[in-house]
Amino acid sequence: MIDIKNLHKTYVSDGQKVEALKGLDVRIESGEIFGFIGLSGAGKTSLVRCISTLESVTDGEIFIDGVDLTKQKGSDLRALRKKFGLVFQHFNLLMNSTVYKNVEFPMKIAKIPKHVRHKRILELLELVGLSDKSDAYPARLSGGQKQRVGIARALAADPKFVICDEATSALDPATTMSILHLIKDINKKMGVTFIVITHEMHVIKEICTKVAIMEDGKIIEHGDVIDMLVWPKTETARQFFKTADINLNHAAYEISRQTPGKIIKATFIGNNAPDPYICTVIKRFDVDVAILGGHIQEINETIIGILIIKISGSDDAVEAAIAYLNETIEKTEVISA
Amino acid sequence: MLRFVRSANVKTMQPELFSAEHIEELWQILWPATLDTLYMVGYSSLFSIIFGTLIGIILFITSNEVLCKQNIFTSITNKVLGLIVNIGRSIPFIILIIAAAPLTRLIVGTFIGTEAAAVSLTIAAIPFVARLTESTFAGLDKGVIEASVACGASLPQTIFKVLIPETLPVLILNYTVAIVNLIGFSAMAGVIGGGGLGDVALRFGLQRFRTDMLFGTVILLVLIVQIFQIAGNFLAKITDKR
Repeated sequence: MIDIKNLHKTYVSDGQKVEALKGLDVRIESGEIFGFIGLSGAGKTSLVRCISTLESVTDGEIFIDGVDLTKQKGSDLRALRKKFGLVFQHFNLLMNSTVYKNVEFPMKIAKIPKHVRHKRILELLELVGLSDKSDAYPARLSGGQKQRVGIARALAADPKFVICDEATSALDPATTMSILHLIKDINKKMGVTFIVITHEMHVIKEICTKVAIMEDGKIIEHGDVIDMLVWPKTETARQFFKTADINLNHAAYEISRQTPGKIIKATFIGNNAPDPYICTVIKRFDVDVAILGGHIQEINETIIGILIIKISGSDDAVEAAIAYLNETIEKTEVISA
Repeated sequence: MLRFVRSANVKTMQPELFSAEHIEELWQILWPATLDTLYMVGYSSLFSIIFGTLIGIILFITSNEVLCKQNIFTSITNKVLGLIVNIGRSIPFIILIIAAAPLTRLIVGTFIGTEAAAVSLTIAAIPFVARLTESTFAGLDKGVIEASVACGASLPQTIFKVLIPETLPVLILNYTVAIVNLIGFSAMAGVIGGGGLGDVALRFGLQRFRTDMLFGTVILLVLIVQIFQIAGNFLAKITDKR
């Protein structure tokens, strides 16, 4: 478990103070895939660098399984660093060493005996699907393969936490998906806690269980990914989750406004998302329903459906229909009357 | 016949260019001089690379936030060492040879001769190698060093397992540059009786108008430089997997 309390980080360059983190509190439970999302300059990189101790903390505490990271020095600090594996945006592999040696590196540092190392390297290369590239040099690998080596290296010394700092930002969409699936797979198989730093919502949607939205050196909102997708509290969260949301086409909106009726956005969560609510509404309340847009997606193995519909009929019937929807499904919003 | 007459008549003048005795004469002067040059360049290269690299490493880590927590001590070390290196690099070699005499005597017992010249060359080359090493390390992607430190690697581990192996091809090329420079500098070693090919070129070729000697030394120097450069390029190539 990582418990961050009131974390501050101030950089001083040329006599000017830049506050990168302004009092950050968050708790990351073991076994989670915890995402941090924010625009550039929000303080994501500072946060990673503080957690991975590449940067010293100005103020605050970072507890790793009860031990305060910020108070450690020398060999104690180096021992604590071995609990972390880092996956970088630009891979940062040893270009003059083979794939095998790259994965071996953290184990050598951790003084793991040679026969144990050998066995584990083969296992890890198998896990990331690079068994045949053991003797290749990174220069001959594709971006996705390099990142797989990066992930294998991060896992080598048996860390409890793996921090992915924009791990997929330099990769193409297809490769990104395969890397994300690999991360999710590893999290499931090995129970390693992942901390995912990204500026891309689809990374969060794809793998994270929890998410924290960062803005201006603070966490402005955090919690379950689905909760935040459906019930965002802040404008920034709304902006980030826009891609996961559905926006009614403007022309369709204007046209549908010309006839009476109410436009409603309904969000369904869980296994009952595909249930025939619309049919029920039509049958039960004597209303007409037109579908203006909708989609279904899967997040954290939970199905989320969003539907924009227009309900028309007598005022009472429409009201009753909306009340029914309000009661039975997770979220209904009246977009226009 | 004509050839015989000419060489008999002008014994004190330049002998026939490709006659056995002429080549023998050239050889007797040029071969020891070549050995002297190789001796001076060899020792000075070895020691300047050892000490220069060491200073280069110190210069690099005392200004690197990730490798070494920066404080007043590191900052002062970096500035003082940098200043010494800059001073060393700005003194003309011909002056340095003479100025280094007391130090040379302390190290090899004398301030004249080939050994003394090797010491002077070493002193002159150390700052150069130090800067070359520092800039080579600076060329390494910062992220690789961060990855190493984040793994829990200690400073020596990062230096010997990451910094040096990762930059080895570039280091080899830069060391080759330093060695070729030293071959050029060794020509001035004659000032303190260091001998060597440059000295022969100066004393025989220039001062006694022995054009054959001059060309002989130049050819040998070109050969030596070529051999070192080709060897350097080759080593850099086989160590470069990037």
